[in-house]
Amino acid sequence: MELRSVSKHYAGVTAVDNVSLKLFAGEIMCLLGENGAGKSTLIKVLTGVEPPTAGQVVVGGQPVHFGSARDARRLGISTVYQEVGTLPLMSVGRNFVLGQEPKKGRWLARRLDLVEANRVAVHEMQELGIRRVVDGNQMVGTLSGGERQALAIARAVHFGARVLVLDEPTAALGVRESGLVLQLLMRVRQKNVAVLLITHNAYHAVAVGDRFVVMRRGQVIAEFSKGTETLPAVIRLMAGGDELSELAGLTGEGQWQVS
Amino acid sequence: MARSETGGLVSAVAVFVFFAITAGGKGFLSQTGTSDWINTSSQLGIVALPVGLLMIAGEFDLSVGAVVGATSIIVAMCHGYYSLSPWVGITIAIVVGAGIGLLNGVITVSTRLPSFVVTLAMMLMVDGASIGVANALTGASSISAIPTGSSRVIFASSWDSFDVSIIWWAALAVLGTYLLEKTQFGNWVSATGGSARAARLAGVPTSRVKIVLFVASSLGAVLVGIIETLSFSNGNVTLGADYVFTAIAAAVIGGVLLSGGYGSMLGTVFGSFTYGIASMGVFFLGWDADLTDLFVGLFLLLAVLANNLLRRMAVGRDAGVPS
Repeated sequence: MELRSVSKHYAGVTAVDNVSLKLFAGEIMCLLGENGAGKSTLIKVLTGVEPPTAGQVVVGGQPVHFGSARDARRLGISTVYQEVGTLPLMSVGRNFVLGQEPKKGRWLARRLDLVEANRVAVHEMQELGIRRVVDGNQMVGTLSGGERQALAIARAVHFGARVLVLDEPTAALGVRESGLVLQLLMRVRQKNVAVLLITHNAYHAVAVGDRFVVMRRGQVIAEFSKGTETLPAVIRLMAGGDELSELAGLTGEGQWQVS
Repeated sequence: MARSETGGLVSAVAVFVFFAITAGGKGFLSQTGTSDWINTSSQLGIVALPVGLLMIAGEFDLSVGAVVGATSIIVAMCHGYYSLSPWVGITIAIVVGAGIGLLNGVITVSTRLPSFVVTLAMMLMVDGASIGVANALTGASSISAIPTGSSRVIFASSWDSFDVSIIWWAALAVLGTYLLEKTQFGNWVSATGGSARAARLAGVPTSRVKIVLFVASSLGAVLVGIIETLSFSNGNVTLGADYVFTAIAAAVIGGVLLSGGYGSMLGTVFGSFTYGIASMGVFFLGWDADLTDLFVGLFLLLAVLANNLLRRMAVGRDAGVPS
């Protein structure tokens, strides 16, 4: 999947300016940038929520026009949003199959196959390394934040995601939970899925990413592969966040101070 | 795990024990007494089941009472005043009821206004229109209509003072439970109420789910309107006034969350029993009928508190549902 010179304007404001981006199967691409850098707009274009003002979205070599997020999903582009996507008052199995429920029986007796739903849900989560979930009837509200993210990711992968877009999956999580999600992403990568990880946490990105794109004010300001930049350099590139202020204070590089 | 209907069962048993002790000697436990509270429960129950489903999907319907009244006056007018077959009035009532439900649903999902307000406005409009039309055409808002033939058998028969509405109620409770627990549609209902946004992201057509349930809720009210009109042999615009809040109360007492996303049909059945037992218990005690609401109100309050507690036990520390 690929974006070619994509721009997006909102009533005179340029949110994304001439951005090109390539995603490859079995790779984790990290999209970094502070709030307002244009990451969210780029995701919207990528996942069919909004059309680009200029430029092309290309899937498998063919330019495509998404009419809706559903169009994108049909082509295997799935998005997992932070904190939205799972229902705490429903069981793991019911959450997992929501919208794609397995059925059994015929005609009027055509009904939900809950046994199958629970089996698939537990199996897929175990597969991604979530060992604590063994009963599909467990309420999602009793899962930890990381496990809920895992459920959403496992669901997307199971239902045929070839491109998985994750919007700040670790933003609301603690250290251990974040580790869980990052490990899981590496397992997803092994399944030959192209992963786009959007984050403003450079530590998390550097831990799992294969390639990195840094955005600032709607533009790509840097693009590099694993091992070619150091963590402080990445943080400096992002030019935002608390880490930077501290760093700037320590190194005396005044020009990086947040204004 | 705590099931959602536990609270409803507890409250139904509690009011029953209370009135069995206090009013048992005054006829509450007799066959008439028993059929009275079951009949009363069944009529409310038929309205409350689809209202409960709609609440699980995250919406309210306050117009059910007005639909019961409108149905009643339509059926009585066609049969009692114009001397048409009862089925003519029944058919018109079903069409009108379905139309009202459809309007409720379409307005709610397209304007994104709270359904509480939309259906409140609908209640007033339907009430006003029913009285206006009935007065204009017949000069009265209460018309007698003695049921005949097949419609009497289907909607107004009874055995040893047990009404046919009990069978309707039981059948609808089984159907509702099957729908909610065993079908894809049921999964969509819970998801829509749990978080419409999450449900939409998963591909659930939440607007369609809601519209279908608004129509179902109206049709439940139509059924009760038909049953009551033909059983009492009288149609009255004000017939359903009591159901406006008692149907919601029955659902909540039965464990349906006010915020949607969780609840059961069996619980709603117990909630309706709680109301039926309380209202007949008060009657047999010889107290003022208004005291029924005292009991129902008390149980409603206890139910909401218990629901919160049970839910917290069931889902752990945070049941916060982003919407």
